[in-house]
Amino acid sequence: MSGIGSALLNSLDIGLLLFIIAVGLNIVFGVLNIINFAHGALYMLGAYLAFTLINMVGMPFWAALLLAPIGVAILAVIIDRVLLRFIYSRDVADSLLLTFAILLIINESVRMIWGSGIQVVQPPQLLSGSVQLLGSSVATYSLFVIVIGLILLAGLWYLFNRTRVGRIMRAAALDRDMAEALCINTRMVVTGVFAFGAWLAGVGGVMAAPMRALDPGMGDKIIIESFIVVVIGGLGSFPGALLGAMVLGLIHGFGGRYLPEVNLLLPFVGMALVLLFKPHGIMGKGATT
Amino acid sequence: MKSKILMAILALVIAGLIAVPWIASYFYVFIFTEILILGLFAASFNLIFGYTGMLSFGHAAFFGVGSYATALVLIHLQWPFLACLLVSMGASALLALVIGFLSVRLNEVYFAMLTLAFGMMVFAIAYQWRSVTNGSDGLAGFSLGSFGLGLDLTLGNPSVYYHVVLGIVAIASIVLYVICRSSFGMILKAIRQNPERVSFAGLNVRTYRLVAFVIAGTFAGLAGGLIAPFLRVASPELLHWSMSAEPVLMAILGGTGYFLGPFVGSAVFVLLETWITSFTESWMLVLGIILALMVIFFRKGLLGTLIDWWMEVKK
Repeated sequence: MSGIGSALLNSLDIGLLLFIIAVGLNIVFGVLNIINFAHGALYMLGAYLAFTLINMVGMPFWAALLLAPIGVAILAVIIDRVLLRFIYSRDVADSLLLTFAILLIINESVRMIWGSGIQVVQPPQLLSGSVQLLGSSVATYSLFVIVIGLILLAGLWYLFNRTRVGRIMRAAALDRDMAEALCINTRMVVTGVFAFGAWLAGVGGVMAAPMRALDPGMGDKIIIESFIVVVIGGLGSFPGALLGAMVLGLIHGFGGRYLPEVNLLLPFVGMALVLLFKPHGIMGKGATT
Repeated sequence: MKSKILMAILALVIAGLIAVPWIASYFYVFIFTEILILGLFAASFNLIFGYTGMLSFGHAAFFGVGSYATALVLIHLQWPFLACLLVSMGASALLALVIGFLSVRLNEVYFAMLTLAFGMMVFAIAYQWRSVTNGSDGLAGFSLGSFGLGLDLTLGNPSVYYHVVLGIVAIASIVLYVICRSSFGMILKAIRQNPERVSFAGLNVRTYRLVAFVIAGTFAGLAGGLIAPFLRVASPELLHWSMSAEPVLMAILGGTGYFLGPFVGSAVFVLLETWITSFTESWMLVLGIILALMVIFFRKGLLGTLIDWWMEVKK
């Protein structure tokens, strides 16, 4: 029983972290109609910036959680204004290629700045212990990730459904020309949404830093996971991202514990199954040609 | 007149390629072997990307499976090399049929993500199925025996192997070219430009895409079968998605609109990599910057831009 309980908690913290990252990818796709291949690289950048702020500058974890994602978002504004503006009117394939080029540039820059070795970020004192829960000991940090994940989930839901900014974003996603006709500065919306997506990736990176070792390949790993989440849940769907992330979280939480020989394979099997029966993802719509 | 000049240039290039082992050192024989194999890999990719308009990020799955197939046959059965290559093509074709069946019905963004994920699935299998694939170390310690067809060739000699690769890549390219120029190839081009219209004309777009995907996978498998004896190892890196990115980059670099574009891309890619890695480790950074510039400003690739420019000048 305690095994199942801790596997469940483990699934929840992996799932919510994945949700934060994948929902950023989804929002950017929804409004900009581009798949940001560099999303994982931005996540990695968030983690490494936190590493520098905490271990080099000596800031507390909380300050890094606040500042590092903003740094990532600022970089995203630059990327948008300097590079992406050329390809918004082009084929989707071009945006994949260009963001892939950005991924190569960020990956290699990280390797140059921080080295290819593994770096470690310690969780803050307050969260470094463990607590007894459901009959087993759980890392306090996992609970913290779950709490932050739930807060962000609620915040995003509120933003999209209850605020003017959220309505503008959804309007731009539905019909950009129409939004423009209604005096919405869609150029600003596009840059803002791209930066917001990057901010979410950055938050995910900082949150992941104390749980996982930092290495220059971490972004590539997460982008594939995010793709699987999006495929399972449905591209551009907010509840889909949550569902997909939870499914993948469960696969990791239980697969890693009970089926260690095939745990690398399981996410792909889940994805293939969803595709066979629901090609657009469980919550998706209109992806077939 | 223009086409005559182009044919003359092509003939010169082919003559030069045949003469490489006699006029250049072993170092360049190795480099040109790699250019040819990766060129075939990229050309097979361009059948689905440049011609059919499907951006796959998992093409290395077929390349890697092809290399594992040849390595496994050489280790366990010691068949002639030609038979190994046929096994490689068969294995890749079968895999392409399965992955293609699940992927081709989805539009380009989904398609790119799916092929990437399936490619990584094959990578994960090669990584974890230690008893067959030897895990992260990969398969090594195999040697080439006979060539097949009763031909007496010392395949261990790099120059001989280069000529074998040149011959096989040439034949495969001609077959691919014929496919591209056939009515089937024309339909693929039409699918890239306007899939709705093709399907209104009564053709099953999904079937055409699947067939193109399987053909591309088969030729990538052939390229994989050629690379294993060249590298003397079949390792999971050949299946990794960074390997899938190489044909994408080569096709973009050379030009996706021309049949020979991926070969030009492969040559520039390998030569540039050799040159840049001789003085800096950050080859990927340079590559990223080049790719960004190509996508933004020279979407037609080097060959496309050159031919456009030449047509302008020679008017």
